Amino acid sequence: MPQNEYMERHAKLHGKRLDHDERKRKRIAREAHNSSKHAQNYRGLRAKLYAESRRKEKIQMKKKIKAHEERNVKSTAPSEPSTVPQPEYLLDRSNATSAKALSSQIKQKRQEKAAKFSVPLPKVRGIAEEEVFKVLKTGQKTKKKAWKRMVTKPTFVGPDFTRRPVKYERFIRPMGLRYKKANVTHKELGVTVQLPIISVKKNPQNPLYTQLGVLTRGTVIEVNVSELGLVTTGGKVVWGRWAQVTNNPENDGTVNAVLLI
Amino acid sequence: MATVVPPPSKRRKLQDVLRATTQHVPEDIPTGSVRIRFIDRSTNQPIGPAVAVPLQQSSIKNLDLLANSLQNLTDPADRLPHRFFYSQTLPDGTQRELALSDNTDIYTTLIKTGLVNTEDELVLAISPQAVFRVKPVARCSSAISGHAQPILTAQFSPANGSQLCTGSGDNTARIWDCDTGTPLHTLKGHTGWVLCIAYAPDNTIIATGSHDSTLRLWEAKTGKPLGGPLKGHTKFIRSLSWEPYHLELPGRPRIASSSKDSTVRVWDVVGRKTDFVLSGHKASVACVKWGGTGLLYTASQDRTIKIWDSKDGRLIHSLETHAHWVNHLALSTDFVLRTGFHDHTSAVPKTVEDKRKVAKERFTKAATVNKKLVESLASASDDNVIYLWDPLGATPTKPVARMLGHQKPINHVTFSPDGMYIASSGFDNHVKLWNARDGKFMLTLRGHVAPVYQSVFSPDSRLLVSGSKDTTLKCWDVASGKLHTDLPGHQDEVYAVDWSPDGEKVGSGGKDKAVRLWRH
Repeated sequence: MPQNEYMERHAKLHGKRLDHDERKRKRIAREAHNSSKHAQNYRGLRAKLYAESRRKEKIQMKKKIKAHEERNVKSTAPSEPSTVPQPEYLLDRSNATSAKALSSQIKQKRQEKAAKFSVPLPKVRGIAEEEVFKVLKTGQKTKKKAWKRMVTKPTFVGPDFTRRPVKYERFIRPMGLRYKKANVTHKELGVTVQLPIISVKKNPQNPLYTQLGVLTRGTVIEVNVSELGLVTTGGKVVWGRWAQVTNNPENDGTVNAVLLI
Repeated sequence: MATVVPPPSKRRKLQDVLRATTQHVPEDIPTGSVRIRFIDRSTNQPIGPAVAVPLQQSSIKNLDLLANSLQNLTDPADRLPHRFFYSQTLPDGTQRELALSDNTDIYTTLIKTGLVNTEDELVLAISPQAVFRVKPVARCSSAISGHAQPILTAQFSPANGSQLCTGSGDNTARIWDCDTGTPLHTLKGHTGWVLCIAYAPDNTIIATGSHDSTLRLWEAKTGKPLGGPLKGHTKFIRSLSWEPYHLELPGRPRIASSSKDSTVRVWDVVGRKTDFVLSGHKASVACVKWGGTGLLYTASQDRTIKIWDSKDGRLIHSLETHAHWVNHLALSTDFVLRTGFHDHTSAVPKTVEDKRKVAKERFTKAATVNKKLVESLASASDDNVIYLWDPLGATPTKPVARMLGHQKPINHVTFSPDGMYIASSGFDNHVKLWNARDGKFMLTLRGHVAPVYQSVFSPDSRLLVSGSKDTTLKCWDVASGKLHTDLPGHQDEVYAVDWSPDGEKVGSGGKDKAVRLWRH
């Protein structure tokens, strides 16, 4: 059983309160009151965040209403199966073309020169070295001045990494904080795939972190997209593609990233 | 100061010295001879008596001369180039056909490798090749933009390679001048994607079938519409096929269209009405072909292939061997039927009678095997199998061969213009070559990294071009099965590819909306 389903598990084991459904209905019924209260009373950043989320909700609602309205209208024109024209031999096939669409969108975006160097997270909070490295005193009592540093953030360590002799090892990257895979999202398509990380390309904080493979928010990583089946114009299979980490992996325990296009 | 090249290493020096001092002897072919008997590859009939050939003289070029003289083609102008095949028996009892390439000899290919010894009689199957040679396409001569949506289909005019017509998702078809790489005409009128295009074999009319379930006709020269839409189908049109030129009543050409509404309609083009409707299928009809003997072949997603009489629309046979959708059909005479009276000399007969005569002659010449009219049919299916049929033979409902090998559904199948090979392209990224006579497997053309949508032979049957989802076209050498040229350039999937009947150009179109022309 997944860890986070403890409430469902409890309900299965012990049943629900007798007034569970009643309470639920009432809570839903009061939702409008609550949201109105929040909208009127929130101040500052919280108000901004609330207004933003509410705006997005409303957009979705309007879209849904519109879709429902369109469904009710009877049209005589034959509906085209998809917005992308396809040759007749592909029309009846339900091939998942997500990976393909992904690659062509990337190509189109590339042609706009300005978009070439833009990334989803242009600015990130700076992280001090003190926060990243923890000093470890090791070795004999006599060697008072020798210390090592332990990386306290999640890292990516390549598969071919072998530790240096203990004497020369200056940075320790704990096994428990190492990640091999990232959940990579394609924003426009709304697909998320778990892909192996190939390397850390750039950590915006510090070139040293790039070398060490530290994964913080805003880090640009290279992920292995070969299973998506993307192809270059030359007909070669695309192997690695860059993505930017969007969450704080040290808080969440996973690496989430968006594909750069 | 220039950088001085470092002196060669000692090992390199010693190697050079060794190479200079040893004498290289060209490989010695022993004296002796081998008895060779030639048979015709398409009929298995012996050609002349067995001949003893000295091994030192046994180059393929010499054998070619010998094969010509055995067929009494002694005049240099009459001589035909041939290809030679050796049928090898594998340890498990199966037969495998080896094609001998042009610049080798019998000793190095067969005797030295231990396949044959000089004591036995060597049987070589020969098949004549086209007297003309198509230059392999090697470069993209022009990429013409114009369509606003992906290109879904493309076809060259049957007369030559100077006109190409493409149908697109922007509801138009366009005619391109391929000599200059410029757009000629835009055929506007459809209200849905243009899914299929067919040039009439006499190069006067273009028919387009669309997702709006109508058919439209256009003048091929000027791009002017010939009347409005031909309505009748209730769902989109999937394939079109013109009546062969030698069969049509003069001045009354007909065209067959197959649709998702599970019917096939035969239209009178001049009268602009449906002649009859073939409504025996139970699901979308994927492909229709009009054979040169007056039969209509239709393949459908209801797993059947049906053969109809094109005079009155009577059902003759229903072939129910496939286990899944039948995707595509190919006739061994497709190329001559498509080109009608246009041959590689580009000389057009003057009168209608002459045209019909030439078209009839070309068809009979292409379809005659062993003094019998043979029009083989290959069907590609979603059950990963291709069947080869002989609809004019003794048992038309029994397949001649069951061609196994593809590991995913097969999208497209095509005969070479000389009727010797079948090429099948499938979703398993491979193109496979088969012997068209008995359906034996010959070669797999590996190289694409995504599903291959279509493939097309050059008019001389020596080359094959395949277009794939991996955005490339690849030109293959049919004889060796090797990749001749990789043709990258498309930005996205290649949906349609066609080789011009004169062999000059290859045209392709796909999701990147640009028409690309490839030439030598």
